[in-house]
Amino acid sequence: MQVPAPVEYERATTVDEAIALLERYGPEARLIAGGHSLIPMMKLRLARPEVLIDINDLKDLAYIKREGDELRIGAMARHRDLLESPVAFEYFPIFRDAEQVIADPIVRNRGTVGGSICQADPSEDLSAAFAAVDAVMVIRSSSGERIVPSIEFHEGPYTTAVGDGEILMEVRVPIRPGCGSAYEKVKRRVGDWAIGAAGACVQLEGDTVIEAGVGLAAVGADHFRALGAEDVLRGGPATEEQFAAASAAAAAGCAPVSDQRGPADYKRHLAEVLTLRALRRAAARARGQE
Amino acid sequence: MQVTMTVNGEKVTRDVEPRLLLVHFVRDVLGLTGTHWGCDTSNCGTCVLWMDGEPVKSCTVLTPMAGGREIRTVEDLERDGELDPIQQGFINEHGLQCGFCTPAMMITCRDLLDHNPDPSNDEIREAISGQICRCTGYENIVRATRWAADHPATEEVTA
Amino acid sequence: MTAVEEAPADPVGFGRMHRKEDARFVRGQGNYVDDIVLPGMLHGAILRSSYAHARINGIDTSAAEAHPKVKAVITGKTLEGLGLAWAPSLSHDVIAILATDKVRFQGQEVAFVVAEDRYSARDALELIEVDYEPLPVLVDARKALDAGATVIRDDIEGKSDNHIFDWESGNKEETDAVFAKADVVVTQDMLYPRVHPAPMETCGQIADMNKVTGKLTIYCTSQAPHAHRTIYALVAGLPEHQIRVISPDIGGGFGNKVGIYPGYVLTVVGSIVTGKPVKWTEDRSENLMSTSFARDYHMHGEIAATSDGRILALRTKTLADHGAFNNTAQPTKYPAGFFHIFTGSYDLEAAHCEVTGVYTNKAPGGVAYACSFRVTEAAYLVERLVDCLAGELKIDPAELRLKNFIKPEQFPYTCKTGWEYDSGDYPRAMRLAMDMAGYEDLRKEQAEKRERGELMGIGISFFTETVGAGPRKHMDILGLGMADGAELRVHPTGKAVVRISVQTQGQGHETTFAQIVAEELGLPVADIDVVHGDTDNTPFGLGTYGSRSTPVSGAAVAIATRRVRDKAKLIAATMLEVSPDDLEWEKGKWFVKGDPSTAKTIQEIALAAHGPMELPEGVEGHLDGSCVYDPPNLTYPFGAYICVVDVDSQTGHVQVRRFIAVDDCGPRINPMIVEGQVHGGLADGVGMALMQVIAFDEDGNCLGGSFMDYLLPTSIECPSWELGETVTPSPHHPLGVKGVGESATVGSPAAVVNAVLDAIGVRHADMPLTPAHVWRAMQGNPLRTDLAIE
Repeated sequence: MQVPAPVEYERATTVDEAIALLERYGPEARLIAGGHSLIPMMKLRLARPEVLIDINDLKDLAYIKREGDELRIGAMARHRDLLESPVAFEYFPIFRDAEQVIADPIVRNRGTVGGSICQADPSEDLSAAFAAVDAVMVIRSSSGERIVPSIEFHEGPYTTAVGDGEILMEVRVPIRPGCGSAYEKVKRRVGDWAIGAAGACVQLEGDTVIEAGVGLAAVGADHFRALGAEDVLRGGPATEEQFAAASAAAAAGCAPVSDQRGPADYKRHLAEVLTLRALRRAAARARGQE
Repeated sequence: MQVTMTVNGEKVTRDVEPRLLLVHFVRDVLGLTGTHWGCDTSNCGTCVLWMDGEPVKSCTVLTPMAGGREIRTVEDLERDGELDPIQQGFINEHGLQCGFCTPAMMITCRDLLDHNPDPSNDEIREAISGQICRCTGYENIVRATRWAADHPATEEVTA
Repeated sequence: MTAVEEAPADPVGFGRMHRKEDARFVRGQGNYVDDIVLPGMLHGAILRSSYAHARINGIDTSAAEAHPKVKAVITGKTLEGLGLAWAPSLSHDVIAILATDKVRFQGQEVAFVVAEDRYSARDALELIEVDYEPLPVLVDARKALDAGATVIRDDIEGKSDNHIFDWESGNKEETDAVFAKADVVVTQDMLYPRVHPAPMETCGQIADMNKVTGKLTIYCTSQAPHAHRTIYALVAGLPEHQIRVISPDIGGGFGNKVGIYPGYVLTVVGSIVTGKPVKWTEDRSENLMSTSFARDYHMHGEIAATSDGRILALRTKTLADHGAFNNTAQPTKYPAGFFHIFTGSYDLEAAHCEVTGVYTNKAPGGVAYACSFRVTEAAYLVERLVDCLAGELKIDPAELRLKNFIKPEQFPYTCKTGWEYDSGDYPRAMRLAMDMAGYEDLRKEQAEKRERGELMGIGISFFTETVGAGPRKHMDILGLGMADGAELRVHPTGKAVVRISVQTQGQGHETTFAQIVAEELGLPVADIDVVHGDTDNTPFGLGTYGSRSTPVSGAAVAIATRRVRDKAKLIAATMLEVSPDDLEWEKGKWFVKGDPSTAKTIQEIALAAHGPMELPEGVEGHLDGSCVYDPPNLTYPFGAYICVVDVDSQTGHVQVRRFIAVDDCGPRINPMIVEGQVHGGLADGVGMALMQVIAFDEDGNCLGGSFMDYLLPTSIECPSWELGETVTPSPHHPLGVKGVGESATVGSPAAVVNAVLDAIGVRHADMPLTPAHVWRAMQGNPLRTDLAIE
């Protein structure tokens, strides 16, 4: 019977309380939100925190809103909230694309945006989506708040910039005029991690790509990001040839590993195919065609 | 630790280990065995029940996390001896065979209809896509939900 | 308040009707093993090996025993003292209940902890230290017989290799001669990968040994409670009349719940040792890693034909991976089950098969998951070979099949491996499926799409099964003949109880068996109670698997009911003071020929049978009947399946667009239930074809040990099934019925695989056809799916 090892439980009702509890209990304490990453690991006894700090009552962090020229997503926004959010969809359809293929509807009721990106599984879709839209993460501790760009937020597999005594507060996404975004994922079955996935965000001025972001999941791209692909696109024409060249660069720049989802050559191929599809749709959306 | 929650309309308080999974609390401590478990990795969905009005996989919730919240299980579907339309739909359309995934499927389908009273077949399939059935091949679960959508309850049922 | 439409009246007998058992299931009042709580009950947990092959140099259980909530810790050494460390398997081998000398597969049982609650039992597992000495691992069955391969079964005296058996069927010389002369020979290797039935409810048991009465009561997720009881008596030396096995509600079986697992034996030992009831319910990883897997057949197939597409012969050499112990559950004379039905639905001049069984460092099993005793493997082989031939000859696969079917007038048909197919009308089913599918239009659409570079595939599978085991002189399991009993009793007030030996795990027996009695006796279904699952109050039989419930037990019930009807005739004759020859039957009543006003209903007859009326010579009182049915033959359900898929040419992703299934299982007792059985089996086909596999890496790590890795199809991957039927009764069955529980699982994988390969224009690639594998196949570099992907 897979059940967790003994653990203590605390519940935080405010952010400050959560931080205070983290400081009180030290690194053997973990925040728990949706719990759909942490609890399965605890059941397998791969994770053995001594204390769980339940932050599900932090409803203040469960928002998705536009503020100035940013879309702001509170860390406690559930996957379902992001999927259904009209304001998120209006500016960044990439999030709906991604959420439609993250886990399943029941898990999406509980899993949170913050929980998923903090768990930082290399196949985690929102991490790739946030990479594509050049998001920044807001982290708070007792000494204040700091802002970390997503490329620095994701340090490596299962490792983020959130340190001891810190809590992720929100993700901010810059809203730029002329933007379109999209996400493409291939998986063996609904609910599975990606075999490969790509997110793209392009900002067009006429037929020129002013700014571009390409995020990749599950293919070993550093920080979930395809910088090489972005370099190809930036300042260039928004054409099929350019997108193809960028996709090739995305594939060349990732480092997929063979596993039961697929061999490395297939994953690299997917990186290329899906980056191209995401770019096409992102551009079409930027042009108001989709 | 002591945990208090409302289960099927009744307040319950029990002393439990914090690590006790909600599915085990409901089944083994409260004796409500209509909610089942079938996997270790939050995939199968036989443990679905309502927590604060949302279907959740109760194998992935620790009992204290449900403290102060409202839990509803399959045992709460029937009211005053009358089956919920979803239950009748499952009977009429042969939406169950071994019955093991059934309570969870009915809860998810009931929840879908509460938010979307006339779903398409694709929407029904999407709603249950996080739950596995080995017996029915899903077709009759879709038809059962369709039946319930076409035969809603005639009286207001207060939760 | 539910607005319920006026429901149509239930048929008195065969017909579509709702199930009686649903009343409890929709209320969450099913009674599954893990729902059952006995006073003082303790919980067991099993420590399992993380190594696939290792010597055990010592086990230290002291820390576990010191855990305050632990009541007992049992190791292989404990069992050795009781003579229970090893137990006979169902296939002339032994299995380890707890490992003593070595562990031989990852997940093998090493120790058993009994504690006050399941969480403490789990905690205590971590306190047991095992000193393992790793040994070389063998997981590639194709290397099992290599010189120098690690010997897994050194517990068998004199064993120096991994060979288990060789078996053959058919005529080799005749077949070789036909092949030698054939215009065309197509050869194809194909793997039916290791998969697992994975019912939603895992396996489990509660054992309660009452020391005072000496009675052992067992609640078990068992598809064959009587078989379990007798095996405990034979193997553990417990007196059979003091053992009661109860299968309560079972959450799916699919062949996973036939055998006796070590965990079950351990609950019995635990209960004896502690004096309390002991419950063990496995978790999902235990289920996937240690209970009976299915398939794992490496098949080399050959098909010989004329150049204009007449199939002449089939032959195969097959390697059967049985895991670390040979514990397959099939009739004992058939180590490869009914695999020799690989002759399929075709009229052949010759056929020959050879099967070699080998040991590997994997869990034991092989016969499970609706295989009808290896008919899944056989049907897959022949239907893939026929498609390979169609491709080679450039003949449409439907046309090729129609050209080669056994003709209706040829039945009963004895195939080249000795099966006597009872009845069939194959062309009719095939054409119906093609009509339903709009086959011509689909081929047109496919051609148009191909022009545009879009990949669409149409796959056919036409299967013939052999089910309903079986004639006892040929078929036994561990010496228990496969005949089943049924007992019918009509109460004084005209209600009835029928006791059966088979065991539903969702197939609806509480309804369908009542429908059989209703059909034969005219009692309303609601008035007939079906009792099953408890060895204390049901007749002996070998349980439910291999689609045998209706062919065997259904016949037993029909005959028992006819005996009651015949007895009722004699009693009615006495009541009416006429000769029995003057009576006529209309469902529910006997009356004097030509005068319905004289009718005596079964209810009236029942009361009279219990009353003071003087009964005729030789007729005893009451209104009971029983039968032990020894089937004269198996039955041969068949079907025509057509699958339509769309494949993304760049990603290899497959979407099943449509699945048309025409089944012929003879008359349908309850069409609603038959359709449900087919729906479920079709989902199996999609799953096995596209995503299910239990693979192993070179260290013997099981790569399918959770539902994150062993993927089962959901509502999204399954289309809306389109069903059709033809009805060709079995001439030898009292009701003409054939069994259908496994048909769709047997027939569907080949249809899906044939469709995908048709779409991508590749001759063969093994299941599962995941996106990666489809892409690789298109590149001409397919994957080997039973091992780790590199």
